[in-house]
Amino acid sequence: MKELKQIPASEITDPAVYFNRRTFMRAGIVAASAIATGLVYRRLNPVATGSIDTPLIKGLTTPAAVADAASFRVSDPATSLQDITHYNNFYEFSTDKEGVAPAAAKFETKGWQVSVEGLVRKPKVFDLDDLLRISPPEERIYRMRCVEAWSMVIPWVGFSLSKLLDVVEPLSDAKYVAFETLLDPKRMPGQRGGVLDWPYIEGLRMDEAMHPLTLLASGLYGRALPPQDGAPIRLVIPWKYGFKGIKSIVKIKLVATRPRTTWSMQAPNEYGFYANVNPQVDHPRWSQATEQRIGESGRRPTMMFNGYAEQVGHLYTGMDLRANF
Amino acid sequence: MKENDLRFTKFLVLVNAAVPLALLGWDGWRLRLGANPVNFAILTTGMSALVFLMLTLLVTPVRKITGLNWIISFRRTLGLYAFFYACLHFLIFFSLDQSFSISSTWSEMLKRKYLLVGITGLMVMVPLAVTSTNAMIKRLGGKRWRALHRLAYVAAIAGVIHYYMQVKADVRQPLAFAAVLAVLLGYRLAVYWRRPGSPPPATAVKSKL
Repeated sequence: MKELKQIPASEITDPAVYFNRRTFMRAGIVAASAIATGLVYRRLNPVATGSIDTPLIKGLTTPAAVADAASFRVSDPATSLQDITHYNNFYEFSTDKEGVAPAAAKFETKGWQVSVEGLVRKPKVFDLDDLLRISPPEERIYRMRCVEAWSMVIPWVGFSLSKLLDVVEPLSDAKYVAFETLLDPKRMPGQRGGVLDWPYIEGLRMDEAMHPLTLLASGLYGRALPPQDGAPIRLVIPWKYGFKGIKSIVKIKLVATRPRTTWSMQAPNEYGFYANVNPQVDHPRWSQATEQRIGESGRRPTMMFNGYAEQVGHLYTGMDLRANF
Repeated sequence: MKENDLRFTKFLVLVNAAVPLALLGWDGWRLRLGANPVNFAILTTGMSALVFLMLTLLVTPVRKITGLNWIISFRRTLGLYAFFYACLHFLIFFSLDQSFSISSTWSEMLKRKYLLVGITGLMVMVPLAVTSTNAMIKRLGGKRWRALHRLAYVAAIAGVIHYYMQVKADVRQPLAFAAVLAVLLGYRLAVYWRRPGSPPPATAVKSKL
């Protein structure tokens, strides 16, 4: 019988080394898989970073001393620029609020024009620069209440919409103003999907449009509007839910009948034409009694007309606000 | 699979399932949860709960199709993580959004149907978590235990509906969850129908599944 060749003891791997290598490999697998999972998580939950570098607006003024000047500049502390520019509802770019800023980063507004037309004596297609020259830019600090029950305080730059409407001279049968956002799926990727019926349309009653608080905004924090906040020109109606503040406007049309507006067509039982901030009238799926002020902890009570009741309440006297939500 | 390898693989699942929690905590600690941190935390824990519910329901089909019987041992870990994330989801809502107010949480729940659906999903998971131990499986007996744990289907359906109901317009994500869930539950229905001895259902398409 041939003797089995003995493996010299010195060639057998020391069990300590063997188990060490195994432990080492396992630690590696744990680490690698955890990193991979972490990367998947990061991809789904990107950390918002970035700043805005839009040009500073020159010749900024504060609103003229009028009786209710305080309502033009509320005393609540302003929401941070970071939050205002990285928490946006702008479905033309993304339905993810944190995803709008990166998706809109390269949005180009050169050569922007706004057509003001319909029932006016002097219809005109304005180059943006001409439009912005109509009235000196004012800084207005407004509360902004989103229909989703969160809110901000935003130092806008702009002037009252009424200044523009005065230039085109509305006819007496103009009862409503309809606004339209740019329709360009190449530049606005969100428009390639059918989440909403594009282009975005909003509307105001004539007296709402002429109210001094209704702002045609071209900037915030002293700088031109960044794309994610509605560059180059948008509407701000501080006593209404945020979705009324249509962004990246290309058309303003004065009309005799109430325009069909985007969100009220999307879900007529949830979003009305008026969309006045009203803590007593709940959204069918959530309460409007309180709001999450961005940057604060806990919730604060929502105010009637978002705190502008004194200024705008008279526009709605005798109206059933439950039916006209 | 060897006992030792199985233990390691279980550990691997345990660690990876904790990654969303760890990163959420880390981002929260560094105040990097975006403009609306509470909402972000609620959304992320809710999504994690849904993902783990889906993974839990994926175990049995994968095991049956591939014959890899050992993966059944992850099911409990995945299920408990789903329960854990769902609890966290509710607790963040209750504490940071509703400021620990039982009365306001209660009245919100009665008013908002999606909250009712969500809490139903969570409640349904409680007996499943409680009876997840080996001792409980033994006490209940395999048959009764399996019957009870079909409630996981109810929890998953409730979770997806809860998510769908509170989205404003972009329903793509909840619909994606619904599609995955439909496949997972459809597989079970198909298996059930093809069981020997069970009468074929009138409308079902035979085979192919």
